[in-house]
Amino acid sequence: MSIPAITPSALLEASELSCERDDRRLFSDLSFAVHAGDVVQIAGANGAGKTTLLRILAGLYHGYQGNLFFNGERIDAQTATINETLLFIGHKSAVKPSLTVLENLRFMVALQQRVDERSLYTALETVGLAGYEDVQCQNLSAGQQRRVALARLWVSNARLWVLDEIFTAIDLSGVAQLEAFLARKADQGVAIILTTHHRLSLPSLKKITLGAGHV
Amino acid sequence: MSETGHSLLFVLRVVLVREFLAAFRKRQDLANPLVFFVLVVVLFPLGVSPEPDFLAKSSAGVVWVAALLAMMLSLERMFRSDFDDGGLEQLVLSPQPLYLIVQIKVFVHWCLTGLPLILLSPLLGTMMHLPAEHLPILCLTLLLGTPTLSLIGSIGAALTVSLRSGGVLISLIILPLTIPVLIFGTGTVLASVDGLAVGGYLAILGAILALTFTLAPLACAAALKMSVAS
Repeated sequence: MSIPAITPSALLEASELSCERDDRRLFSDLSFAVHAGDVVQIAGANGAGKTTLLRILAGLYHGYQGNLFFNGERIDAQTATINETLLFIGHKSAVKPSLTVLENLRFMVALQQRVDERSLYTALETVGLAGYEDVQCQNLSAGQQRRVALARLWVSNARLWVLDEIFTAIDLSGVAQLEAFLARKADQGVAIILTTHHRLSLPSLKKITLGAGHV
Repeated sequence: MSETGHSLLFVLRVVLVREFLAAFRKRQDLANPLVFFVLVVVLFPLGVSPEPDFLAKSSAGVVWVAALLAMMLSLERMFRSDFDDGGLEQLVLSPQPLYLIVQIKVFVHWCLTGLPLILLSPLLGTMMHLPAEHLPILCLTLLLGTPTLSLIGSIGAALTVSLRSGGVLISLIILPLTIPVLIFGTGTVLASVDGLAVGGYLAILGAILALTFTLAPLACAAALKMSVAS
């Protein structure tokens, strides 16, 4: 288990995080810090607890021991601030099949920040969904539905991105585009925590491997 | 901060529009509780007795019980699709207060089940030989009672949304809490038929509504956070 050094200015900091689920220890004494501009990949085999860790970091799961700090302060005291800063895309992409592409995107963005209609169209064009704005998502392919969820990234003002398996069902050129985009956002100071089984070629990639010292 | 000008009202409107759109794109689901409601009231005289005096006496109770069960049928859907597609996680993670988002969802649920029931009830009341002058009272009790049912029901729906088959459990959790609404709902109409003053009854129904309107979304929001965390 690699343990990067902890400095006080970290955007998100975990100290001695442990989690057990169904009588199985997923990870223990996990400590790391994520700074603005970092890209952190959580790696590990299937069932190693990657998704659980991301859900803990996003504040969706509370069954853990240890401490989480956000901007140097304990995380449970400031949920509202965190939710303004955090963008979470989970396994389930929150795309409702009966709504159109634009309706879905507008909803997901509005929950988080102010909506500028023009930027929605631009984002959809960027992810290759131009012309699909008024198509119901149930008529799209799995990869296209994933792209609807990912279009949020191009609009987002959030400073901390927690992304679970975002490359699933995305084609090769899409993966390359997304990777380049993540690198650019990291340069702009966005902290990105993600899981993927893709081999990422980002220059500043940090890796946290779960289950390395597994019992 | 990027959130300047990000108004709460705008978000609530977006959620409201989305809920209505999603519901209207699956219209067949909306008809279920209404058909159930009408069928119960229509079949009751066939199964028990078509005697007008008897029907007039039991009309309020039958309409109310049918309305209660019809509302219950539709509860399971309140958060189900949001839970399945991950939308619920996004609602919980939104910086906007979940309390108000829950209010919106409950309001939409009521508009799509409670309101149609109220609109149908004068017709069914007439079929049950309830004297015409008491029909407005029946509607009024439903107008005060059905939002309460939606609000109480939202707690049960939120608690059971992460379970594979929560339908039976919702009824078990919710039914005891809805009994006072049922008793005072039918009691109001019966009092009116007996020529008594109904102001007190309506006040109690209103008080129950005020109580659940303020407190139920708190419980519902907490339950949703729990369900998402499981």
